[in-house]
Amino acid sequence: MTLRNKLIVLVTALLVLAGVATASVLHAASREDRKNQVQADGPPVRGGQVSLAPDSARRIVFRNMAWGPHRDELATVPAADPAGPRTASGVKCLRFYAAAGTGVCLQAERGAVRDGYRAVILDADLKERAHYGLPGIPTRARVSPSGHLAAWTVFVGGDSYAGTNFSTRTAILDTRTGALTRTLEDFAIERDGHPYHASDVNFWGVTFADDQHFYATMATAKKTYLVRGDLAARKVTTLRTNLECPSLSPDGTRIAFKKRVAGLPADAPWHLYVLDLATMRETALAEPRSVDDQLVWQDDRTVVYSLPGDYGADLYSLPADGTGGPRRLLTAGLAPAYLG
Amino acid sequence: MYVADSRSTPAAPAARLTTGRRSAVAPTVLALGAVSLITDVSSEMVTAVLPLYLVTGLGLSPLGFGLLDGVYNGFSALVRLVGGHLADRGGRHKAVAVFGYGLSAVCKPLLLVAGSLPVIGAVLAADRTGKGLRTAPRDAMISLASAPEARGRAFGVHRAMDTAGALLGPLVAFLILRQAVDGYDAVFTVSFCVAAVGVLVLVLFVPARAAGPERAPGAPRASLKAALALLGEREVRRLALCALLLGLATVSDSFVYLLLQRRLDVPDRWFALLPLGTAAAFLLLAVPLGRLADRVGRWQVFLGGHAALLCAYALLLPGWRGAALPYVVLALHGLFYAATDGVLMAAAAGAVPAELRSSGLALIQTGQASARFVCSIAFGAAWTAWGDRTALGTAAAALALCAAGAVLLRPADPARTDGGTLA
Repeated sequence: MTLRNKLIVLVTALLVLAGVATASVLHAASREDRKNQVQADGPPVRGGQVSLAPDSARRIVFRNMAWGPHRDELATVPAADPAGPRTASGVKCLRFYAAAGTGVCLQAERGAVRDGYRAVILDADLKERAHYGLPGIPTRARVSPSGHLAAWTVFVGGDSYAGTNFSTRTAILDTRTGALTRTLEDFAIERDGHPYHASDVNFWGVTFADDQHFYATMATAKKTYLVRGDLAARKVTTLRTNLECPSLSPDGTRIAFKKRVAGLPADAPWHLYVLDLATMRETALAEPRSVDDQLVWQDDRTVVYSLPGDYGADLYSLPADGTGGPRRLLTAGLAPAYLG
Repeated sequence: MYVADSRSTPAAPAARLTTGRRSAVAPTVLALGAVSLITDVSSEMVTAVLPLYLVTGLGLSPLGFGLLDGVYNGFSALVRLVGGHLADRGGRHKAVAVFGYGLSAVCKPLLLVAGSLPVIGAVLAADRTGKGLRTAPRDAMISLASAPEARGRAFGVHRAMDTAGALLGPLVAFLILRQAVDGYDAVFTVSFCVAAVGVLVLVLFVPARAAGPERAPGAPRASLKAALALLGEREVRRLALCALLLGLATVSDSFVYLLLQRRLDVPDRWFALLPLGTAAAFLLLAVPLGRLADRVGRWQVFLGGHAALLCAYALLLPGWRGAALPYVVLALHGLFYAATDGVLMAAAAGAVPAELRSSGLALIQTGQASARFVCSIAFGAAWTAWGDRTALGTAAAALALCAAGAVLLRPADPARTDGGTLA
């Protein structure tokens, strides 16, 4: 083939491939545009005032995923009528949690080269009190019952140097003083009664007991552990293995979590359990599907979690004693917190 | 840079080489550099958005799945050796390279339909298999198309182009996501289109007959036996041993970035950008260090690169927290790659006859990669046993020791010997 013919082949192929590439980007962009239009069968959403202050009427605040102009904004519904009309706040979050009038919102921020992420601490009126840059993609967020502490977890990875290995970083912030523990990996670890350190330690899914103590998942050497942490002593202690994303009940007696069960398919490996901290006995919950979420306690008897749905995710509720079965709480929502 | 007319065949550049006059880098090298650049744009696009896709697109927790575990490292070593051997048999460098690049290209659209972690893991494994297969034949073609005394520069040019692609990839991916939030399907589709262009450039503009005319009488016939017999060659053995020794004390990149952040307190928001620092230094220094290697000897530059790595380790050890320190460490880290990656191939090419070039390069690459893998396991174990600082101190001491050993082994200066080029 002469050089001229080679160039003709190359240019022709370039035109065809550029067409395919452009079409795929345009297709994806128009699909996104559709998501900004309200769906007829979706829940009604309107903009309005959202407050995190615990008031008399109990409400759920969550990330609204229903298509339309308020997609991905924090919204509230009355706890008594979760499928009812939503009030959207105008504040966008990927992950969110709130307690006692303090909110932690993990959001994307547009960068010059790539999107970054930040954790924003919100007051009861959703005004920003402070924000912190994040080293990766947000996955978990929690606030202590008093509203004084916030914790978040991000995924770090996606560089060729890391290959396909992912790691997590979990930070804890004292919202009163601004004291930030950038990563729990700096804490002393006591594993099975002995001091332990390793390069492959990862933490995720903090749940607060009070303003000093918390529980979390620690992973190392291909095992996961439930750890109890002490913020003042800067130390974590392992309690048991094979436990992920703990969530402490409001009365502090039980931990709801997801557990890897042998024999389940590799892409849906988890089953939900509740651990009684006094007896250390586990109870399997009546959810047959694999749940990848950190549960939220609606009250001392009921847990709430998300599962993939038509608009990203739906929320379900389930008795915490192993009886009954899952009930859909609301559609097109993620990261709920109960107020009041 | 003076770019040679791409119509000229990559005949012996040696003919054009006269001392004191700058020669052009062979068009074949530039074409292969372009292929690598384009392919790296494609693959780094995927690498950059993969975690985002898994977490936000599929709603998965990729942690603890170990998409590709350690077993794969052994497999990829084998693939590299197989690719090298197949390329030497009948001088099919280009065919094997086309297969390797093609395999990686077809993996991109497969990501569109892979909705679960195990399947995505399998697709990524196939992608890496393609990469393993093509590496040695590609480097062999670069060496065969260049004059022995200009190989360092040729590899430098190729590596610089390759790294430029790696830097551009994430940029392209995030531009697409800017146009279409959650447009991961668009990223994978564009990535496939880009990879296809790379394969096409390879097919159209890289000449097939890289191995020159008929085999010279008495030259070794490419066979497994002959490839293994290479280890009997003193020069190859020394080079392989040195690469192996130094690889045993080369801490993997992910550890370097982790230590940078832990020891120097690099702010969280910069963490994802650390590898770009290394890549930028590599990009800038690959050509000058390649030329330097041609002038003063590849071996010296190769050792010098490890000295730079040793300095980087040393800077991470004490408790200083100077604002400029992370930049210095990343610059040294990039310098290490620029002085070792292509330079080792340039040195190895001088020790291996043309007929066995791919096998020989694959052998040395595999030795180095395996040694580095062993080092990362050992480093992780040392971290567990003694903590990060002691582990790093041990690695630095080991590197100094291995470097001393390598100095004693000291292969002859390959810049002055030649294992054969195009006749």
